[in-house]
Amino acid sequence: MTTPAATGRGPLHLAAAIDQPGAYDAAPYTESARLAEHGALDFVTLGDSFARQGLDALAVLARIAPATGRVGLVPTVTTTHTEPFHVQAAVATLDWVSHGRAGWAVEVSATEAEAKLFGRRRAAPREALWREAGEVAEVARRLWDSWEDDAEIRDVATGRFIDRDKLHYVDFEGRSFSVRGPSIVPRPPQGHPVVVVDATTGGHARETAVRHADVALVRAASPAQAGAARADLHRRAAELGRDPGQLRVLAALVVDLGGGEQAARPGHGGGPLPTAEGPLYRGGPVDLADLIAGWHAADAVDGFHLTPVEPRRDLERLVNGTVSLLQHRGLFRTFYPGATLREHLGLARPANRYAALAGDPT
Amino acid sequence: MTHRPRTKQIHLAAHFPGVNNTTVWADPRSRSQIDFSSFEHLARTAERGLFDFFFLAEGLRLREHKGRIHDLDVVGRPESLTVLSALAAVTDRLGLAATVNATFNEPYELARRLASLDHLSGGRAAWNVVTSSDAFTGENFRRGGFLDRADRYTRAAEFVATARELWDSWTPDGPDGPDGSVGEPRPFAHHGQHFDIAGEFGVPRPPQGHPVVIQAGDSPEGREFAASAADVVFTRHGTLEAGRAFYADVKGRLAAYGREPDDLKIMPGVTFVLGDTAAEAQERAIEIRRQQVSPQNAILALEQVWGVDLSAYDPDGPLPDIDPDPDSTLVQGRVKVGDPRAVAEQWRALSRAKGLSIHQTVIETTSRQSFIGTPAAVAEQFDEFVRTDAADGFILVPHLTPGGLDEFVERVVPLLQERGAFRTEYEGATLRSHLGLPEPVRKG
Ligand SMILES: Cc1cc2nc3c(=O)[nH]c(=O)nc-3n(C[C@H](O)[C@H](O)[C@H](O)COP(=O)(O)O)c2cc1C
Repeated sequence: MTTPAATGRGPLHLAAAIDQPGAYDAAPYTESARLAEHGALDFVTLGDSFARQGLDALAVLARIAPATGRVGLVPTVTTTHTEPFHVQAAVATLDWVSHGRAGWAVEVSATEAEAKLFGRRRAAPREALWREAGEVAEVARRLWDSWEDDAEIRDVATGRFIDRDKLHYVDFEGRSFSVRGPSIVPRPPQGHPVVVVDATTGGHARETAVRHADVALVRAASPAQAGAARADLHRRAAELGRDPGQLRVLAALVVDLGGGEQAARPGHGGGPLPTAEGPLYRGGPVDLADLIAGWHAADAVDGFHLTPVEPRRDLERLVNGTVSLLQHRGLFRTFYPGATLREHLGLARPANRYAALAGDPT
Repeated sequence: MTHRPRTKQIHLAAHFPGVNNTTVWADPRSRSQIDFSSFEHLARTAERGLFDFFFLAEGLRLREHKGRIHDLDVVGRPESLTVLSALAAVTDRLGLAATVNATFNEPYELARRLASLDHLSGGRAAWNVVTSSDAFTGENFRRGGFLDRADRYTRAAEFVATARELWDSWTPDGPDGPDGSVGEPRPFAHHGQHFDIAGEFGVPRPPQGHPVVIQAGDSPEGREFAASAADVVFTRHGTLEAGRAFYADVKGRLAAYGREPDDLKIMPGVTFVLGDTAAEAQERAIEIRRQQVSPQNAILALEQVWGVDLSAYDPDGPLPDIDPDPDSTLVQGRVKVGDPRAVAEQWRALSRAKGLSIHQTVIETTSRQSFIGTPAAVAEQFDEFVRTDAADGFILVPHLTPGGLDEFVERVVPLLQERGAFRTEYEGATLRSHLGLPEPVRKG
């Protein structure tokens, strides 16, 4: 099945990870995010896990929101040992403090060690945890809709601050939790902050991406592999009634730009090497630009999520080398025409599911 | 007398306007309760005024009245810790206090979030530990209303103790990182009544050692918890007499825990109205009360006491002569009126004595401002409260977002400074240093 909205090469989207092991203050993160913004990247990500040493990722990105103006901010927030209600409120708040630049990379906590930090439940198989993560994403999106955009009326004549008919209970019943709603946070500026799912981590992770992601990450060693993964995601999204044109698929690459301008490692045709951490690109910034341009020209992916091996060095080479070259060739934006992360990604602001219902007398 | 003791110093905090009718939203100067610019304005004003900290309240379920979402007051706020992380970028010295419920959170995650805020703000984080455990709020959470009211403080106390174990779990020093020594994690294990957890904490010891702990809750258990574990008490006792009694009671409980009176600061939440003359301040106060209590709000206030539907009553008419229903569930998500029959009788007596309507009675009895007067008079009263041990300072609750603190900072703070009762610059970098609190003792 071909879906017109999904075919035809769209603009290139680029994102970078700004993880920096051992950094416990804001300065290095601010510096990296500003550098990414200098390159007009769509968004930066910051990974998180209760097992890792490091600050709470969402807090770090909230801390740098006022120090940046355009770049999207996407922290990982896990769904296994956390409260869905708190998670959605924090992500919505990140969207408020960043004026519509928030995203949320959904992740699960699968280890026994993480379970012991909470002492509430045993470790469970990833499949089950991803099924739950899908439910958390679902309830989050409902809670983001639980306030209609124009619920606040400040009507002095009737003394009403809100029109309570525009606030909605979500009454979500999942397998492992239920939430009544509405949210305590009004609908965030983007309607829904951008949901990012790594679709390669397991069967149900891909299912969650198909159902809930605005951006899906795929790990592929060749444009053909990436293109097939994207086609699969788009097809399945369409089967669920989603517009596949509203699902961006980015190839996730670990990049090691330490080799200066020497050619990419021979024997892989300039393509990435498969490693335990996913496909690794090792070479110079110019060759990376060629790889990105080539995959994008082949219409294999909508863009790339790049994780520097050496945070500071590689991000600097990525932005000042690879990105500026892509800009020079007219393949990547040189400034942000929009203000929100959805606008950078060319994604529509979602309609409110409850507003649609309210207009329907049935 | 050989030497004059230094005047007892006043501590000041700024409460972001809340979701009750103290906050006037119908005023043309009132701005968004959710836009970051409002938080930034108020926080910067507080920092300009050299305040100790900025305070955010929390409610985890929207309030309901007669089974429907309460719509007459400001509704909706952002999540506190995330807002404070962002505010850390636009302030340098101001303490950043988040109210976070101990019932619907888990120690590992919250200790990590608080430690993160402390690191990201260079030692300015505080946690107001609240304990509501009602099933109504529980409907938004995995465990529902799992906790008996009687256990709310045993859980809170164990929660705070566990968080401190986690904050203390890194070694004091370790291999030098690029930004100096952060130490190394050591395994922790906590086996208690409420929490049974073990592992390694992911964040180095916070710059303050432990973020500042604030307690708000008034029952005997609440006071005991404050005396055992809190650095600051947020109270509602805003009059001189009630303040002194509360102060003496709570400070008197400290010795049993080996603590000094100065180790716990008592800060009532107060409102204020300023004017160029006493008469002008009174006029403004009346005007603000009228804004706070709309006719619809007057009926609602009455229903909160009576616990029954009174929508048929005319706000400009007399009070109902029926008796309140003490077991009512009309109101959800708010602190309940203690003795509804007594309050109803009091209100009726007042209405009879002065010939007041429902609307007038509610204006008269509720939301009275704590301090009304010229800047000089308010400064004098603040100083008296603190000198005579009715308080160690105040959490100011402005009635307007976000400009409600501007006038206080411009006109009252300089007078407090002239009296030698308030700092003229921040001496330290951390909230602990502003509050004059001791370094927390590392355990383990
Ligand atoms: C001054 C003050 C402020 C409070 N602020 C909050 C708040 O922001 N959020 C909340 O959930 N509870 C708040 N509470 C409620 C208390 O934390 C506590 O749950 C409640 O008072 C019941 O405890 P108690 O029986 O010890 O009074 C506040 C209480 C007081 C006295």
